[in-house]
Amino acid sequence: MPHENAGNTTQNTAETLRLISGFARGRLTLIRRGNRSYGIWLAFLGVLIVSGILAWSGQVRHGLGLTAMRDQVSWGFYIGNFTFLVGVAAAAVVLVIPAYVYDWKPIREIVIYGELLAICAITMCLMFVTVDIGRPDRFWHLIPPLGHLNFPSSILAWDVVVLNLYFLVNLIVASHILYRAFHGKHYMKHVVVPLVLLSIPMAVGIHTVTAFLYNGLAARPYWNSSILAPQFIASAFCSGPAILLVVFQVLRKFTSFEIKDEAIHKIAELMAYAMFLNLFLHGAEAFKEFYSNTEHLLYTRYWYLGLGGHHTLVPYAWAAVFLNVLAFALFIVPSWRRRWVLLNIGCLATYAGVYIEKGMGLIIPGLTPDTLGEIYEYYPTITELRVAAGIFAVGFLLFTLMLKVAVPITLGEFRGKEKMAVADGSAGVPALAGH
Amino acid sequence: METEIDDPKFTRRMFNTGATAAGLSFIMTACGPKRLYEAPQALLRQRIQEMEEQYKENLDVNVKVSDAQPIPGVQFAYALDLSRCIGCRRCVYACVDENNQSRDPQIHWIKVFSMDKEKGVDFTNADPYYHPETVPEDGHFYIPVACQQCENPPCVKVCPTGATWKEKDGIVVIDYDWCIGCRYCMAACPYGARHFNWTTPSIPKEQINTNTHYLGNRPRPQGVVEKCTFCIQRTRAGRYPACVEVCPVGARKFGNLLDRNSEIRYIIEHKRVLVLKEELNTVPKFFYFYAT
Amino acid sequence: MRLFLITLASASLALMGADSTAPVAKKDTLPSTAPKPAERLEVPPPPFSDGIFPCSTCHANQKPNRTRRELAFHTEIDLKHDEEHRWCLDCHDADNRDTLHLASGEPVPFEESYRLCGQCHGEKLRDWKAGVHGRRTGNWNGAKGYLLCAHCHNPHQPHFKALAPKPAPRPPQRVLNQQAPK
Repeated sequence: MPHENAGNTTQNTAETLRLISGFARGRLTLIRRGNRSYGIWLAFLGVLIVSGILAWSGQVRHGLGLTAMRDQVSWGFYIGNFTFLVGVAAAAVVLVIPAYVYDWKPIREIVIYGELLAICAITMCLMFVTVDIGRPDRFWHLIPPLGHLNFPSSILAWDVVVLNLYFLVNLIVASHILYRAFHGKHYMKHVVVPLVLLSIPMAVGIHTVTAFLYNGLAARPYWNSSILAPQFIASAFCSGPAILLVVFQVLRKFTSFEIKDEAIHKIAELMAYAMFLNLFLHGAEAFKEFYSNTEHLLYTRYWYLGLGGHHTLVPYAWAAVFLNVLAFALFIVPSWRRRWVLLNIGCLATYAGVYIEKGMGLIIPGLTPDTLGEIYEYYPTITELRVAAGIFAVGFLLFTLMLKVAVPITLGEFRGKEKMAVADGSAGVPALAGH
Repeated sequence: METEIDDPKFTRRMFNTGATAAGLSFIMTACGPKRLYEAPQALLRQRIQEMEEQYKENLDVNVKVSDAQPIPGVQFAYALDLSRCIGCRRCVYACVDENNQSRDPQIHWIKVFSMDKEKGVDFTNADPYYHPETVPEDGHFYIPVACQQCENPPCVKVCPTGATWKEKDGIVVIDYDWCIGCRYCMAACPYGARHFNWTTPSIPKEQINTNTHYLGNRPRPQGVVEKCTFCIQRTRAGRYPACVEVCPVGARKFGNLLDRNSEIRYIIEHKRVLVLKEELNTVPKFFYFYAT
Repeated sequence: MRLFLITLASASLALMGADSTAPVAKKDTLPSTAPKPAERLEVPPPPFSDGIFPCSTCHANQKPNRTRRELAFHTEIDLKHDEEHRWCLDCHDADNRDTLHLASGEPVPFEESYRLCGQCHGEKLRDWKAGVHGRRTGNWNGAKGYLLCAHCHNPHQPHFKALAPKPAPRPPQRVLNQQAPK
């Protein structure tokens, strides 16, 4: 009868609301639990965040003149960080591909951490873009139907669309997995698997679109090279997992989180191949510029060798090369990557190397010398460093809190008191005592 | 409590309120402020009136904002005689005065490059900061560069919000109220023609030019991009741009490409003409030529 | 037979000649709205030095001396305009100092001095009439304003003096002046 159905619908809605609020409350509880080092870590991040907010408010009031960007170098530290972080976000897929495409079980359980990392990375990307635009109060101009998005002509418009879509996909999958695990259920395969498989081309997509942002500009020969998109993917696939490998080892040490050694070694091996590709593509680029020796060589020369007495970036260029080669060596030799010290050095080297060459190493040489031959040597101001540190602190804070919630839940150590309806036939897990 | 959630009227009320709220906000934003690109005449006039009132309030100056539309049958083009330019920079400062460019921080829409006659047009060895006692210097020639008003403008292609576009008479314009200051257009421009307001622009009150155009030289706010507009406030009223009139050696020419009898057509048909960075296929409407 | 071939040849030549009256090379024609050479153009008054015109005030009573020499009067004029081959009376009419004269002897008034300059500087005269040589002021879509050659070029020392350039732009600064909180 109609009346009964209506009653059922409201009952289900109420039930769902109860379960969701239980999940939310559970999360809050988890976040608040922690030992001394946790508290110190949070406080440290809090200080950075407050400093960043203060620096940014000065920037909003006085304008982007507080950065070192000028007409000659109109993009700088913020956009460099944005580009690097899009790569990190795309790297969640490095875990996904072996897990789902090759059905490699040891990695399956940890895919969610890649997704959480992707969510934090995209959040940081969006923040970096917000602090970089001259009129943050006009951000809504990008959102149809309030504003006007110049799609498909502008690649930035594409970036807005794909980044937000990728963010949503990861958010849905991660929330769903955790929510179900919290209530003692396994995630719904028909929801998760398609979305996760979709996230593979999406991850490649977001980083390709970001590469196309630069690639499509005929005015900037350093960027206007077909190699840019493949090179972005290659460097992304090393940098993201580098963070995750370190995080997994930390979790393994401080919680009952389990991850097989072979999973970590496999990821390191995949990173080695990605780094090889990255180095190869850089080498190909360098060959083309130096051998053909056209006017376009100027930008590559400025980066690696300096130009006309301007050498600010040269040490960074060679540091990046050294770090990348070191990381490649450490990961490609199986006996080396199995040694924990060397593995972690490799992770740090990858992260630092790719951070340099994809952040400042991409943006600044692309814009120096400028289109009319002028060299303005850019390096960030204190304001930019403070704002960037604040944004990274927000990202780290988010990731910390997410891990604080996700690890206990996925390990089954933390469950909600509310029972889920057993409509799908799977047995519920009773709530553990102690909460 | 149980009754509230179970009550069908509750959910229906929630839904109705939610739907109404969503509908209202959609209508409000859809009818609300949008970019000036497609603004109908009546709305444009109203927005311009608001602009004038705001200028009166903020700058304490009576700025007149024109909404002159493109003249039909006109495609503006510019020609600059490289055999005559002596690099005196009077065009730079005439432009600054005419177009309300910020004095501090300094914004110049025109940049003059000193080049070596032996090397020819070569931007890698050009110097915009020359300051000899007198010009022209021996063995040097001069190239002023500003917005080329391209026929295939890369800046228009990349703007994420559509705040810059090419008008029917060929001038590439910016809606200063819609620009979000992302500076993608500045990365895309091959001629360094676009400039950003890194902080609040400042002009001494007595130097503000009050004859402005809503897409041209009206005073700009912080955080938006600006550039040469072929003095849209003058050219749509039939006059020459300020730089053309001030040049003491007559190196600058301006006119309508579609007029067979214009100076521009004469130059293109009779003189050695070149454009900058031709291989980028931007098809600039700013021609450099040698009259001799 | 020979007569036939000759007729055929001359007929072909005549036809080829007729063809040459079709499209003239663009380079030889002025834009149609440019004034014809004989027409006088509307120009502002010639830039005479104060009190110097009319020249006949003094010269009506003097006998023309066509010998090239250093003058006792007009000493402020330092001729640097092809002075190796020309002197004053090559442009100024010896019999009537209130006019100039062309190489043919035809007198031209000062208001049409461009015809005199155009004798040697023909391509510049052609460009000037098209509006391409010299400063442009006024309206791009209206009547053209013309200046005489002499309005910009001193006919006795036509080479432009070097100007002091306006200040160079400020190179980009890491710290903007407006950093101080308002």
